Amino acid sequence: MRGIDKDISHELIERVKQASTDGIALKIVGGGSKDFMGRQTEGEPVNLAEHSGIVSYEPIELVLTARAGTPLVDINSALAEHNQRLAFEPPLFDGQATLGGTLACHLSGPGRPWNGSIRDHVLGIRLINGRAEELRFGGQVMKNVAGYDVSRMQAGAMGTLGIISEISLKIMPQPVATITLKREMSAAHAIEEMNRLAGQSKPLTAACWFDNYLYLRLEGSRSAVDSTVSHWQGTTLEDDNNLWAQLREHQLDYFSGDAPLWRFSVNSNAQHFLPEEDWLLDWGGSQRWLRGDFVVDELQALAERAGGQVSRYRGGDRLQDVFHTQPPALRQLHQRLKHAFDPSGIFNPGRLYSWM
Amino acid sequence: MSQSERLDKTRPDKATLVQMFHAFIEPEYVISDEETQRPFECDGLSVYCDMPLIVVLPDTVEQVQEVMRLCYRYQIPVVARGAGTGLCAGAMPNPDGVLLVLSRFKHILAIDPLARSARLQPGVRNLAISEAASVYGLYYGPDPSSQIACTIGGNVAENSGGVHCLKYGLTTHNLLKVEMVTVEGDLISIGSEGLDSNGIDLMALITGSEGLLGVVTEVTVKLLPSPEKAQVIMAAFDNVQTAGDAVGGVIAKGIIPAGLEMMDSPAIIAAEAFAHAGYPIDAKALLLCELDGSAAEVQEQIAQVEQLFTQFGATSTRISQSEAERALLWKGRKSAFPAVGRISPDYYCMDGTIPRSKLAYVLTEMQKMSEHYGLQVANVFHAGDGNLHPLILFDANVPGDFEKTEEFGGRILELCVEVGGCITGEHGVGIEKIRQMHVQFNEQELRQFHAIKHAFDPIGTLNPGKGIPILRRCQEYRSLDMGNGHISKNESVQYGEQA
Repeated sequence: MRGIDKDISHELIERVKQASTDGIALKIVGGGSKDFMGRQTEGEPVNLAEHSGIVSYEPIELVLTARAGTPLVDINSALAEHNQRLAFEPPLFDGQATLGGTLACHLSGPGRPWNGSIRDHVLGIRLINGRAEELRFGGQVMKNVAGYDVSRMQAGAMGTLGIISEISLKIMPQPVATITLKREMSAAHAIEEMNRLAGQSKPLTAACWFDNYLYLRLEGSRSAVDSTVSHWQGTTLEDDNNLWAQLREHQLDYFSGDAPLWRFSVNSNAQHFLPEEDWLLDWGGSQRWLRGDFVVDELQALAERAGGQVSRYRGGDRLQDVFHTQPPALRQLHQRLKHAFDPSGIFNPGRLYSWM
Repeated sequence: MSQSERLDKTRPDKATLVQMFHAFIEPEYVISDEETQRPFECDGLSVYCDMPLIVVLPDTVEQVQEVMRLCYRYQIPVVARGAGTGLCAGAMPNPDGVLLVLSRFKHILAIDPLARSARLQPGVRNLAISEAASVYGLYYGPDPSSQIACTIGGNVAENSGGVHCLKYGLTTHNLLKVEMVTVEGDLISIGSEGLDSNGIDLMALITGSEGLLGVVTEVTVKLLPSPEKAQVIMAAFDNVQTAGDAVGGVIAKGIIPAGLEMMDSPAIIAAEAFAHAGYPIDAKALLLCELDGSAAEVQEQIAQVEQLFTQFGATSTRISQSEAERALLWKGRKSAFPAVGRISPDYYCMDGTIPRSKLAYVLTEMQKMSEHYGLQVANVFHAGDGNLHPLILFDANVPGDFEKTEEFGGRILELCVEVGGCITGEHGVGIEKIRQMHVQFNEQELRQFHAIKHAFDPIGTLNPGKGIPILRRCQEYRSLDMGNGHISKNESVQYGEQA
């Protein structure tokens, strides 16, 4: 998909104004690539794909600003011309993924523990709130501590606080050299090893485990990558780019089929649990994928014991809540914040939680 | 209890309040006499000061909760304070309120070397984290200049930066989890030991919220592996434009330095006189560029940067050949503020951020203002991330000098916004920049900020009057919000049961 260069913010504001007056729920859609995420909801679609295009890109400032409906593939190709990239490696989902959807769903690729997530790279946004006001937060500079950080707050809110219409991002240079090492080991051993190696000052930028193999990606200057390869064990993997792209896009065999896919976001060094089950470990042990039918409460208890949370990323009954249960005090804060941005409750109601 | 039942409209007098605090905090940590309160009258920006009603220094989370419950009940303003090193008067006491000092919370609770994290009480000093982590070959990334004294709780409140932000990020990029006491006195936990949490990113809101949303009582931070090697290259230029271009040249080459600092001529001269680092005092601009990583990488990149600086017209370059030399080159930069303090009776440090390409324009405009006000200005610049610290030199004993300085400073911040930057990169808004918030944000945006504040602090007693300017129509807006059933009785009951 190639995005168009078009600014429809006035139409978007009018849509919000109307919906707010009529009390009609809106369903915000970018490229439609992440429809499987969150709860299944109803609403009048607002198509952000028409609000698209790179507004400015200053390679030397390391800053890019684009409308929310801009396909990531367009951004990637503009950046590649200057040997730069989105360091958070977002999934492209067959070219359908847009910048706004990626922020709203807080999706980042294998390099996330080392290079940061999209939330870490956001510098500023424009947001249309429930009062049909297009507001600017943050900016196009690396540091900005004036006011609350409404820009980063959008990461993972799944569009429940408003329509993100424009995003400014920090851009990073592409690494000069990349090599992937592969070693056979158990999941429990891989967790230990990934955490041990991440504590070394080496150019490690991805670490995952599946099918009894640990994969480590090294990226950086030629000299740094080569000297690390000579010190670390493992065989060099041919065509390593394909592995990390397939992992990022969920195209590995592990992700095929209809069994529910659970995502654990936990302490990277948490002990391996449910060892008999079907796992893929990513992010150096911080992000752990599990396939199959399970009792939610049991998984939540395991996630909490591992210092984190679990969500049903794909599949299963999407009318049920899919994200980790919020304790009552946080649930109330969520509801109050939702009200602070969207007093009539028109943006993606129920998409994040059934109660907001 | 519903919200209204937890509120009591008749506020006890000061002596009664002191007695109430004595019931759960040792009397020596409840300070109500003027003389003992005096050291708490201001933070690092001493031109703004006031005396609090009462200072309390609890040392357990339960005591903090009790303090908050009591203050909530009587709607007493609460200002939280760490080490008091902040530079925007964000921790200036409220004359009708309680100053809640967290300096006794100074324990490092745990370091997990394998997961690379540290669990800290809020009063742990920034540098103490890296010192404790160093035995595991780890350190904490953000390094504000005040890192010897400033505390992690204050760092969270201000989203503190430092000279290594471009590569390693601000406080907001280096946090995992925060425990916080709400205005009602409830203890909540935000974030997790994982890299993200489900739902709205409350951590993003809390970080940099200047004590307006809650009181942080525990912080879990990420730790980074200490680099194998770090080396500094210093380069002198005969004008700031070429130095700025050279910074762009490094970035365009795909190199992200660990630190990249610039000083202008007045700052170079002051710093050299103070630190004797060997800075070329005839230079118009000086760059300090630190590369870190594996030994092989640093060696490769330092050679590339030296070549680039020369290509861009550096009049001289110098590469640190030892750790001692690296420390010496940094000493000048890190002591630039006190160094300027030696050449002028007083100085006022500003904190705007600009797109790097606008540096030469901003410095030229600032020079014009300097002549207009008859006040000298020295500049230190986090060149990598565009954060500019103009230091305005003045004499507080000269009548009218400070007022002129404040006006000059305000105009500098307006200039930063005009070129696409912002009014504060890392020092925060506090009281100091509250007027300039109107320059960066319109009324609707400020109203949205108030709505966020209201979600956390419905009675508006957390650090009132700081950070976000009060709008004329705000009160009206808030009552409208309440009228819509924003804080319904049911919700409050639920929240009350939580406590």
